[in-house]
Amino acid sequence: MEMQAQRLNLVELPELAPARSKITSSNVNVFYGDKQALKDVTLDIPEKQVTALIGPSGCGKSTFLRCLNRMNDVIDICRITGAIELDGQNIYAPDVDVVTLRAHVGMVFQKPNPFPKSIFENVAYGPKIHGLTSSKTELEDVVESSLKRASLWDEVADRLQEPGTGLSGGQQQRLCIARAIAVQPDVILMDEPCSALDPIATARIEELLDELRENYTIVIVTHSMQQAARVSQKTAFFHLGELVESGDTSGVFTTPQDERTSNYVTGRIG
Amino acid sequence: MESNHIVTSFDQELGQAETLFLEMGGLVESQIAEAAEALVRRDVEQAEKVRTRDSEVDALETRIDELAVRLLALRQPVADDLRMIVSTLKVSANLERIGDYAKNVAKRTTVLANSNPVGSSSDTIRRMSKLVREMLTNVLDAYVARDVSAADEIRRRDEEVDQIHNALFREILTYMMEDPKAITPCMHLLFIAKNIERIGDHVTGIAEQVHYLVNGKMPDDDRPKGDVTSFISHELGAESDRA
Repeated sequence: MEMQAQRLNLVELPELAPARSKITSSNVNVFYGDKQALKDVTLDIPEKQVTALIGPSGCGKSTFLRCLNRMNDVIDICRITGAIELDGQNIYAPDVDVVTLRAHVGMVFQKPNPFPKSIFENVAYGPKIHGLTSSKTELEDVVESSLKRASLWDEVADRLQEPGTGLSGGQQQRLCIARAIAVQPDVILMDEPCSALDPIATARIEELLDELRENYTIVIVTHSMQQAARVSQKTAFFHLGELVESGDTSGVFTTPQDERTSNYVTGRIG
Repeated sequence: MESNHIVTSFDQELGQAETLFLEMGGLVESQIAEAAEALVRRDVEQAEKVRTRDSEVDALETRIDELAVRLLALRQPVADDLRMIVSTLKVSANLERIGDYAKNVAKRTTVLANSNPVGSSSDTIRRMSKLVREMLTNVLDAYVARDVSAADEIRRRDEEVDQIHNALFREILTYMMEDPKAITPCMHLLFIAKNIERIGDHVTGIAEQVHYLVNGKMPDDDRPKGDVTSFISHELGAESDRA
């Protein structure tokens, strides 16, 4: 009887609640000079989920990621058409303040790039320049909570004044995540955040992503298909500048609909 | 099978799994054929051969399992590769069970060979086993060719097997009523018939795996169930209230 009761205690797979779209991109085309890097990309990014962008090198996935917080603006020859809306607001509208946009849509890069300052200053820098805090204690609170959310607090609490560059690669990456979180973004973009990290540091970031998606919408570009499969709820596959397929991650990895997707995820095309 | 992964050794291992799988399928087919032949010819020696060869079927299943687990662990397959490995695991389990049924038929044949033949039921059993063996050959072909419509055709043919089984069940009941001395061989024949009927069910299980392999999901429709022997009452031929 007891055994039967135990057996009935089944583990239920988490079911995805239908999510609201945080970002919608419609017919986005990106040109670098004459070269078209993205062709007519229409993709919804669901709120408070991890969306993985996968595809071979040069497929446009990083280009697309950079469109989401207008990082491509800094490239002179880059031209963008189509619309990208964050919470229904066109982020390419003339009156949008790019600095504010980037506070809402934070970014973490491939190589950890802490400022050559103390751990504390690395995290405090954003809230300071955006004027998000009004007192020293408030700033200290923001630094502490950001480091906690980035799962780094326990490792650095007693050495906040030491340089951020003195941390290990994985810690530096989590410091960069804490720095992005400190300005209270809604969306965090990550461009291959684990490619410079060892498997343990990678696992910690992946665990962190799982925690962060409770509060943030995350878009991650990754070359590791296993990583995309592990961390994301939605996967979008890009190839030669086209969005070939997007959908539930489990669907993309078990029953991809497009042959190109199938060939890529099974390792038949590079 | 498509063989164009960037990593050639992955293709080689997938190819190895398919080769083992086909070898197992071929062996199981011949086990069914030989078990039926041994029964009809009352050939104890051949029946004995079928019994001993079952260990070869089991060994192949173990090798397929090991290779599949290795592929899952080391290659982390996805999409059609993943589905191929998962369905190979399931189908090899089906084949192993089919092999067991062939062995059971052979076991009972050794007993039956020493008793008087009962009516024409062994001919009917031969017909039935020929049918399931053909279905097995066809389903393995459908599996290799990833042919869903051929697999569906085989699922429908299982109804034929069930009908022969029903008829045989009634026929054997008659023999038992006519002559109580025939009860022992008749019971063996009944079990043999049931074994072959179960082989048909496992063949349709493989046909369903062809669906999974190709579409990533099992067929939606319920296959017609034709085995009504569970409802046949002692009043010969009468089917009890099936509610």
